[in-house]
Amino acid sequence: MRKTVSLAEAVEQVPDGASVMIGGFMGVGTPPRLIDETIRQGKKGLTIIANDTARPGVGIGRLIDARLVRKVIASHIGTNPVTQRQMLAGEIDVELVPQSTLIERIRAGGYGLGGILTSTGLGTVVEDGKRTIEVDGRLFLLEKPLMADFAFIYAKQADYLGNLAYVLTARNFNPVMAMAGNVVVAEAQSIVPVGVIPPDAVMTPAVLVKCLIARERRNG
Amino acid sequence: MDDKTLIAKRVALELKAGSLVNLGIGLPTLVAAFLPRDIEVFFQSENGIVGMLALPEEGLEVEDLTDAGGSPIGALPGAATFDSAMSFGLIRGGHLDLTVLGGLQVDEAGRLANWMVPGKMVPGMGGAMDLVSGAKRVIVAMTHTVKGESKIVRQCSLPLTSTRPVSLVVTELAVIEPTSDGLVLRELAPGVSVAAVLRVTQAELIVPAQVQEMPIV
Repeated sequence: MRKTVSLAEAVEQVPDGASVMIGGFMGVGTPPRLIDETIRQGKKGLTIIANDTARPGVGIGRLIDARLVRKVIASHIGTNPVTQRQMLAGEIDVELVPQSTLIERIRAGGYGLGGILTSTGLGTVVEDGKRTIEVDGRLFLLEKPLMADFAFIYAKQADYLGNLAYVLTARNFNPVMAMAGNVVVAEAQSIVPVGVIPPDAVMTPAVLVKCLIARERRNG
Repeated sequence: MDDKTLIAKRVALELKAGSLVNLGIGLPTLVAAFLPRDIEVFFQSENGIVGMLALPEEGLEVEDLTDAGGSPIGALPGAATFDSAMSFGLIRGGHLDLTVLGGLQVDEAGRLANWMVPGKMVPGMGGAMDLVSGAKRVIVAMTHTVKGESKIVRQCSLPLTSTRPVSLVVTELAVIEPTSDGLVLRELAPGVSVAAVLRVTQAELIVPAQVQEMPIV
């Protein structure tokens, strides 16, 4: 498959029931066209791994509105009453994970680690059912790696090869998830010739990106 | 002065020049407005910035520059942005000097509960557990009571945010410091008596011979 693909082709690869990591924080840094197309194709029973579910009508919140999600692994759903309602009605399974633990579990998945040791959550409900490990007299929780079938990434710039650069607070989970998705699909605000993004400014190397979403064709 | 302004003004006195500070959502966000003018503080937002600033004026919003609630912000000269792993490395790794958080309950062991009310409110912990476990100092800024019930309790009945005791609790009535001996009443709001605080506090408070008035104007 070519790396640069149409939006429809990219999303057609995602089967119902797939696990998808989606970058973004309250919708900032969430790929808007990939969300649109996932809804248009009506993917069902998705497991979404993301920081949050934003708000109704915003970012990942739109997948929740469209009832495409069976399970959410996130640190916060408090800004989205629809997620909470679907959770209380038993329609969505929500796994809440402290934010640092969530990002590090994703990092562990992408970086080939067997898990992470953290003190966050010790002595709270987060500890339930998990192993604790003592290292040099300090107690830690063992948190396991997270990976996903797909990662939907949003960048400020991509070059023709798929090297990615992010901007300001839209970076958030994106570069880490780009390491942990089996198939990494990148959407960029602009696609520029190779070399426009200098090597030091590349935050996600093109080798990680399986599909780069082509620009929309505009008629007229 | 309303209760929230009073709490925010008192907490603002705890911010030190040159420190790295994370303000939680809600009441703690007000603290930034009462910072003494001659003190420069670096505010972190956990979505990935050090050096955030209130949006200088309407019309300057950048869609890729927001606070943790998704609202547009500005940035100080010298601000830095980064991914979520570094953002939480700063918090969990002990690089954050101070966090100010809202609270539902604080108990005699200084433990905070602020992230859920079982059966009623399950928003998720977001970064709260990391902030309480990792910041060098943790200040809880909250009203003393809710619907007449004390939020300073013998033992938290709500799920804990962390077992690590917080550093200070500031309410509209008092400043209370958790110590190894228990909760110590350090300051009283202007016009508030020790008896008035004890009356609305479920937890046992240690009352020193001298309890000073909050130094706020």
